[in-house]
Amino acid sequence: MTDIPAPRHIPDRLDKPLRSAIFSWESLLVVVAAAIFAINSFASPYFLDPYSLSDLTFNFTEKGLIAFAMALLIISGEIDLSVAAIIALASTMMGMAVQAGAGTPELVAIGILVGLGCGAFNGLLVTRLGLPSIVVTIGTMSLFRGIAFIILGDQAYKGYPESFAFFGQGYVWWVVSFELVLFLVAAVVYWFLLHRTSFGRRVFAIGNNPVAAQFSGVRVGRIKFILFCLTGLMSGIASVLITSRLGSTRPSIAQGYELEVITMVVLGGVSILGGAGSIVGVVLAAFIMGLVTFGLGLLNVPGIVMSIFIGLLLIIVIALPIVWRRLRGNS
Amino acid sequence: MKAFLKYREIWLAAAIIALIGLISTRFPAFADPGNLRQVFNDTSILMILAFGQMVVILTRSIDLSMASNLCFTGMVVAMLNAAHPAIPIPLLIVIALLVGLVLGAINGLLVWRLNIPSIVVTLGTLTIYRGATFVLSGGAWVNADKMSPDFIGFQRAAFFGIPVLSWIAILVIALFFVLMTRTALGRSIYAIGVNPTASVYTGIDVGRTKFIVFCISGMIGGLAGYLWISRYVIASVEVANGYELNIIAACVIGGISIAGGIGSVGGAVLGALFLGIISNALPVINISPFWQMAISGSAIILAVVLNARGERQQGRIILRKVEAVT
Repeated sequence: MTDIPAPRHIPDRLDKPLRSAIFSWESLLVVVAAAIFAINSFASPYFLDPYSLSDLTFNFTEKGLIAFAMALLIISGEIDLSVAAIIALASTMMGMAVQAGAGTPELVAIGILVGLGCGAFNGLLVTRLGLPSIVVTIGTMSLFRGIAFIILGDQAYKGYPESFAFFGQGYVWWVVSFELVLFLVAAVVYWFLLHRTSFGRRVFAIGNNPVAAQFSGVRVGRIKFILFCLTGLMSGIASVLITSRLGSTRPSIAQGYELEVITMVVLGGVSILGGAGSIVGVVLAAFIMGLVTFGLGLLNVPGIVMSIFIGLLLIIVIALPIVWRRLRGNS
Repeated sequence: MKAFLKYREIWLAAAIIALIGLISTRFPAFADPGNLRQVFNDTSILMILAFGQMVVILTRSIDLSMASNLCFTGMVVAMLNAAHPAIPIPLLIVIALLVGLVLGAINGLLVWRLNIPSIVVTLGTLTIYRGATFVLSGGAWVNADKMSPDFIGFQRAAFFGIPVLSWIAILVIALFFVLMTRTALGRSIYAIGVNPTASVYTGIDVGRTKFIVFCISGMIGGLAGYLWISRYVIASVEVANGYELNIIAACVIGGISIAGGIGSVGGAVLGALFLGIISNALPVINISPFWQMAISGSAIILAVVLNARGERQQGRIILRKVEAVT
């Protein structure tokens, strides 16, 4: 009889020495954020002012809210390109409700429910019919915004009630806006959901190996369906905020937001291939994108040029660790 | 006959003929050969772009930057033409192809050398290339009055009653048909999409082939840049904004699988024509053009539902998966 090797000790969790914490993705993002913050405060005298800093937050809170749900969705290996179109459709429905004489509570309910419904529609197509989410959501993106165009054409809805303006323009305390509070609360909720619940572990499991997850008793289809619903729900909430902030609805509202939301998620260290990512990273990425656009805005840089910086930031931040690893590996 | 009906291109072609029939019940002149030729000409640019996207999608990648590439290259040739009207149009087309090639090669290098997923790379270059157009032009437009008559007239000149634009589309169809069905590169592209791991073992350099397909889609984007600007006679930062999704939609409707490895030149032609017919037909049958978006969205969803059914049995299987053999 041969010797049976002693069972190897398997730790519950991997050691996390200081070194790996320093070289983590989140620390890289903190450094980038601090650098951009410093550059901004040198470049413009108007930057370090509580009121401008408060304005800054409006740049990322709405997209950030969607980015949390999108992060979970991308970690599970799916994607939703229709989020901006959901905003447009939900906003259009709210506009119709205003014409019919709806009050603020009904408007909020309609916005959120339309978002949830659209998310559920995406989820059904992907999980029930087994279709690739990237194509399904390209389709629903045209469909949802298309419905908004059919209803509105080149018109716009206005005349939202005054109390409705609070969600996108109101302040909870001093310069702290309602949007920012909502963003922070959502960050905590999603952090807890992803990193501290069994639901979150299942999301990671699905993203790493959906087949193995299925055989381990994870209801892959149902969890993916819930994630699509959550993404729709957050888009509905974002729609309430944007509509309230702008005070009007056009079918072209929030055009192109989907790519900014995905950029935010990927910049936050979520693997586009699924299975890895953190909410802290997404929060930091949201701040970075807000800082870049706001700082450049103070310097009168046009929005289209800002997008170059966002695009470069995305590619450089993703490429740097790869180049770094390769250089270290070769030496 | 049964084998013949298995090809989804046949079904798609039947759907298009049915669509034309349906439209002509309300507007008989639509099915007129002259009008159909016009529809083909209107769809040429989308069709050309769809081939560039097709080769990328076949290798399980995606190029979201094509419309931005089109915008940038279009601005380059428009500004060149405005500054030096003497440059002959064929040379301008070569310049457009080269500028597009460079932009595509940047995508390809990032995908090949750094192994960054193509959706991330092209999401980044999507905004960078469009932003670069603004930097290049300073936000100014190039209008029709600054373009030379040749620049505008080249694609409108008719040979045998068909405009040059359509001839270019036919030439590109022929080139891609040869590429996909008669060359080793075409077979490698399919093989990578069906099974990347097995492709490596058969000696295909997967990374290099992906680099090449991004170069191809870049050149196509550049060519379409000149064609678009000279057709709509305005070059601005807003040109083809969001059009990348129309290109992908044409591919999806044409039966090209986003999972890679399945799709044909014929499918891309038909997918683009389907979208082109809808956009041409809506005004003549008195439906508001605002319906177009919702209709193409529904068509995409319907197409992907139908394609998913057939995908399990069909497609050009060059490298079989292990499970399928045993």
